Amino acid sequence: MKQRIKARDWQGRNWQGWAWQGAAVLGVAALAWWFSRNLSLNLAARGMQVDYSFLLQRAGFDIPFRLVDWDGSYSYGWALYVSGVNTLFAAALIIVLASLLGLLLALMRLSGNPLAAGTARAIVELVRNTPQLTQIVFFYIAVLQVLPPMRQSINWFGGAFLNVRGLFLPAPSGGVYHAILGATCVAVVLTAVFWRRLGWQVVPRLVVLPPVLVLGAVAAGFAASWEIPSLRGFNFVGGLRVPPELLALVLGIGIYTSVFIAESIRAAIEGIHRGQSEAARSLGLSANQAMFLVILPQALRILIPPLTSQYLNIIKSTTLGAAIAYPEVLQIFARTVLNQSGRAVEVMTLVLGVFLAVNLLTSAAMNAWNRRLVLQGR
Amino acid sequence: MTMGAIARNRTVRALFGTKLNAAITLLMLGGFALALPPLYGWMLGDAVWDAPNRTACAAAGSGACWAFIRARLALFFYGLYPAPERWRVDLGLLLLVAIGAGALFARRGRGWWLLALLTVVPGGCGMLLVGGVFGLVPVATPQWGGLMLNVVISFTALAGAIPLGIALAFGRRSRYPVIRMFSVAMIEFWRGVPLLTVLFMGLILLPLFLPSGVTVDNLVRALVVMTLFTAAYMAETIRGGLQGVPQGQAEAAAALGMGHGQIQLLVVLPQALRMSIPGIVNIAVDLFKDTSLVSIVGLFDLMGVVNQSMKDPAWLGLAAEGYTFAAIVFFFACLVISLGGSLLERRFGVGMRR
Repeated sequence: MKQRIKARDWQGRNWQGWAWQGAAVLGVAALAWWFSRNLSLNLAARGMQVDYSFLLQRAGFDIPFRLVDWDGSYSYGWALYVSGVNTLFAAALIIVLASLLGLLLALMRLSGNPLAAGTARAIVELVRNTPQLTQIVFFYIAVLQVLPPMRQSINWFGGAFLNVRGLFLPAPSGGVYHAILGATCVAVVLTAVFWRRLGWQVVPRLVVLPPVLVLGAVAAGFAASWEIPSLRGFNFVGGLRVPPELLALVLGIGIYTSVFIAESIRAAIEGIHRGQSEAARSLGLSANQAMFLVILPQALRILIPPLTSQYLNIIKSTTLGAAIAYPEVLQIFARTVLNQSGRAVEVMTLVLGVFLAVNLLTSAAMNAWNRRLVLQGR
Repeated sequence: MTMGAIARNRTVRALFGTKLNAAITLLMLGGFALALPPLYGWMLGDAVWDAPNRTACAAAGSGACWAFIRARLALFFYGLYPAPERWRVDLGLLLLVAIGAGALFARRGRGWWLLALLTVVPGGCGMLLVGGVFGLVPVATPQWGGLMLNVVISFTALAGAIPLGIALAFGRRSRYPVIRMFSVAMIEFWRGVPLLTVLFMGLILLPLFLPSGVTVDNLVRALVVMTLFTAAYMAETIRGGLQGVPQGQAEAAAALGMGHGQIQLLVVLPQALRMSIPGIVNIAVDLFKDTSLVSIVGLFDLMGVVNQSMKDPAWLGLAAEGYTFAAIVFFFACLVISLGGSLLERRFGVGMRR
């Protein structure tokens, strides 16, 4: 029916289609030509041209927080890698925090306890109606920058220190530690991938594997030798330093996103028809069994698309680190590198390209996972 | 009340019915006891409402120094807009509220009210705020600021994004591959990049893409970027609405002899828009919160003004008060948008007429 109407509607008017498409192509081409002409004239007036070879030049600036090797002698291109790792590291921490907090808030709302449900609801409404930027800057300036100086650090459990320069944590090290941690990770990933082939379909992966991972990490922690930060003169030596910028970014975006995740989880669990849990109970399953074996596996399927978009939002939101000078891609490139090299077009295309690529890849991966889950059950 | 009656009470059972529930309740009560008294003391109990500067504030009480907010209130709402001209901002807001209320509550001609909201309000407020006509003194955009700037940016971007989003949504559903491709590329680009990145792009790249000598106002750059960014999300929401209109509607219209354009504009689009109202309201709330990002690219919206005011020597470093105030203002503004949106949904949305 649909086809027939369209055919009737457009019969003998094929030229119209060509005209519209031709006009669109011409319009876009004219705009592109005009932009590129202006660009080349503007660049020529400044004696410049689009040239990415500056990426190989010596950068010469410092990146205050980094997870990979860096000093001033490395190139601009390497700076992109360093800041990209910083972005992904922050995003990973935020995803973990937001997921856990979101789960907690969702459980509070679903708990049936009016006090817990009401508190969770109030938190959700309060947090999601305030800009993330306000929350991040609040944590950074109003909470973390009024902490005591180095010598009066707040001390937790004898090993962790919090002060205005950041959070200082004991750092694990040693061969046994790395071996146990690595082996656990490999085992968990392999089990997750080959779960179905092993014939273990009774218990969902997501219920079993995270505790295994945690147990492995705890075992590794006992086997490790811990380096505890200690105050030498005016600074802490040893251990791990989490800068206040990273803390503020993780807390700000993590809490902000967690309320959206909580709402998605709640919607997914409430979206499973009541009859499902009633049927499970009447078959003799306990309330917990019904939850873990019947409700959660189905809710997970509904949950994946909204969760994907929240995780993508997190990756995009890490750019807000530029407001508090966390050295992520936008801060390092659109501020520091641009100021030093003056290469506006190259810098901005690189930054936009990085985010487009990360976003498209993540959404492709999550879509693939989603397709597998959806097919499984039908 | 006897013990048995208390135990049967619904609230008591919900709070203490099982061991787990009782534990949760006690945990929550303990958390409240720990968190609420200091919070109350800081916000209200020990707060200082009247003081000339920060040192006087600290001497008068240990709580929040709300005197800072009171002293800077005009700045937070109008930015550096000249004081004798501020009635123009008020009048613009009045126009927005009046026509918005008309659109929500009028019994007849609601479509015209909505159209006026998207045309008369931007035009009229633009003339009022920019000045230079009807004997109004011109006010340069660097003097605009505070909450007024957030409202201006979010409203302009929304008014521009709705028609653009409709066009992109139709483009993505078009039968012609070229138009479809362009629309998809446009939508996916803007949805794939962070807003702050494109704001930087507008700031840094836009001048390079225009003929030399043409200078674009900083505010206009932000407006263009915000509009295009919002339009991409709007397009996806409206496309969802278009997909939700039953095929029978278009077929019935075709049976009545309507042409393709008539069917889409007069039959399909109005129903699709009604269905997309909740999505559009969500976009409006997100947009309003996101206008705070312009403070990072050098505009002085509410966040930018708060950032600056804390550097004032008389009120140095009152960050907690400033950002708490900003958060409260944004919270209530978002609440107003949500409430307006649910009213709009009740009067225009699907459900009432089915």
